[in-house]
Amino acid sequence: MHRYLPHTPEDEATMLKAAGVNKKEDLFASIPESCRRQGELPLPPALSEWELTDRAEKLASEIAPAGSAWYGAGSYQHYIPAVVSDLAGRSEFVTAYTPYQPEISQGTLQGIFEFQTLISRLLDMEVVNASMYDGATALAEGALMACRLGKRKTILFSAGIHPRYQEVLQTYAEASGVKLLKLDLNQDGTTDLSKLPAKLGENEAAALLVQSPNFYGVIEPLADQAEWIHSKKGLLVAGFTEAMAYGLLASPGSQGADIVCGEGQSFGLGQSFGGPYLGLMATRKQFVRNIPGRLVGQTKDTEGHRSFVLTLSTREQHIRRERAVSNICSNAGLCALTCAIYLASMGGSGLQQVAKINHDKAEYLKAGLLAAGFTPVYNGQTFNEFALRAPEDFAKTRRRLLKHKIVFGLPLKERRVYLFCATETRSRAEMDAILKEVSK
Amino acid sequence: MAKSNIPAGLLYSNDHEWLDQKTMKIGVSDYAQHALGDLTYVELPTVGDHFDKGQEFGTLESTKSVSPLYMPVAGTVKAVNEELENAPELVNQSPYDKGWIVEIEDAGSTEGLLNADAYTKMVENL
Repeated sequence: MHRYLPHTPEDEATMLKAAGVNKKEDLFASIPESCRRQGELPLPPALSEWELTDRAEKLASEIAPAGSAWYGAGSYQHYIPAVVSDLAGRSEFVTAYTPYQPEISQGTLQGIFEFQTLISRLLDMEVVNASMYDGATALAEGALMACRLGKRKTILFSAGIHPRYQEVLQTYAEASGVKLLKLDLNQDGTTDLSKLPAKLGENEAAALLVQSPNFYGVIEPLADQAEWIHSKKGLLVAGFTEAMAYGLLASPGSQGADIVCGEGQSFGLGQSFGGPYLGLMATRKQFVRNIPGRLVGQTKDTEGHRSFVLTLSTREQHIRRERAVSNICSNAGLCALTCAIYLASMGGSGLQQVAKINHDKAEYLKAGLLAAGFTPVYNGQTFNEFALRAPEDFAKTRRRLLKHKIVFGLPLKERRVYLFCATETRSRAEMDAILKEVSK
Repeated sequence: MAKSNIPAGLLYSNDHEWLDQKTMKIGVSDYAQHALGDLTYVELPTVGDHFDKGQEFGTLESTKSVSPLYMPVAGTVKAVNEELENAPELVNQSPYDKGWIVEIEDAGSTEGLLNADAYTKMVENL
């Protein structure tokens, strides 16, 4: 079958001539011969397009059975209203790239501005940027931002932060010479501020990093934590993986957080095996000059019409070069737009309603599991996910459920501890059926 | 470019900062403010910060550029011009008076700084 390949042998010859070399291999001359693969890659013969589709579909059906997954851990199954995919899928949105020539990209800028405004209202923060790559990189950038603001190089972080986020944080910190000190969790699953690392000096920490709800689902007392770190002249960086929680919980901004960084996947984005996701990042106006990423502002054009600009760009790489506050000079544009469409279509009361359903369903599931002999790992308040210690024979039940394409709980590293989650997409009938199976 | 106002009695650095040895205030020259254009933000150091000669002590930001400020002499910041936080344009409007940036104490050597005549010559050759 004919496949479309853009380069003819004549094209290649013309390009090689323009590059001043005789053959393609010459282009790799700077790489030592011993490092280059000799000969062809050992690949099977090419398949036709329909054979390939067949094969991929067969593989997909084997590794990803359609069914239900009962855990979140940073990626949440929420219902995406048809209007969201329909609007966000319009070609003028799908093909638009980050506005490198902002003045002629008014539509893109307006979309980002609406996104910033909606997130600002959700989190009660004055400034929201045009988005980051994902929640983990946003949180790491939040830590670096706090270090710049406080002119300090030490960060206290909670053991309740998602383990993968902790890894990203470590990568960023190592490259930036930032010292990270971990704080353990209390009995109730909130961050323990009473036992500080011995090597921590007085007023040494630039910030306290927490996640709320944290990895174990426990809601952190952000207001107390803000007061605590402010008394040490540091900042509170509040992270989250489940943005939906703030449809119900007191916002980080109203509790005194200085920098808020989290994942926006829950707002209209599919789980998509881990990405592309949406990093949310917000701060107070007084810190705006240190926030990374793009900021869209509203202004008036020469004729007095409402218009949009990229503003405070002097923080960014294309102007400030190596002295920029971050190397990010892009944003997750389509994901941010999708999020804005989702939030706009839900409205404030709709979001609160969905969040409440999440909480109530998770509480129902939790109560059922406790009655079936599970025990709490932490006794703090949770939103739509929670960690429980399972009875001895649960592993067998879990395998049985797996056969019915139900992935019930995520095993954590602690023995017999599983993370569970119930969102609005799970029905009571499903829960009752599983609970019956678990109680056998 | 219009001829720059370069008052006698001040010392100037090659980086276009001026130092008034009577008041121990530091700012940027008329030439510098003109070259930078309308300033939108002045990043100031903290009182008590110590800087070596030539060390960066803040930044001047215009709509499309950010320029570091370099200390013409070593010294400790005794005061900063807080008015610049809300009115950075004072540096444009009054670079030698209302647009001063920091006041220092325990100043180090002024060796290598230029007087008004020498600085005028330098600027004319730029």
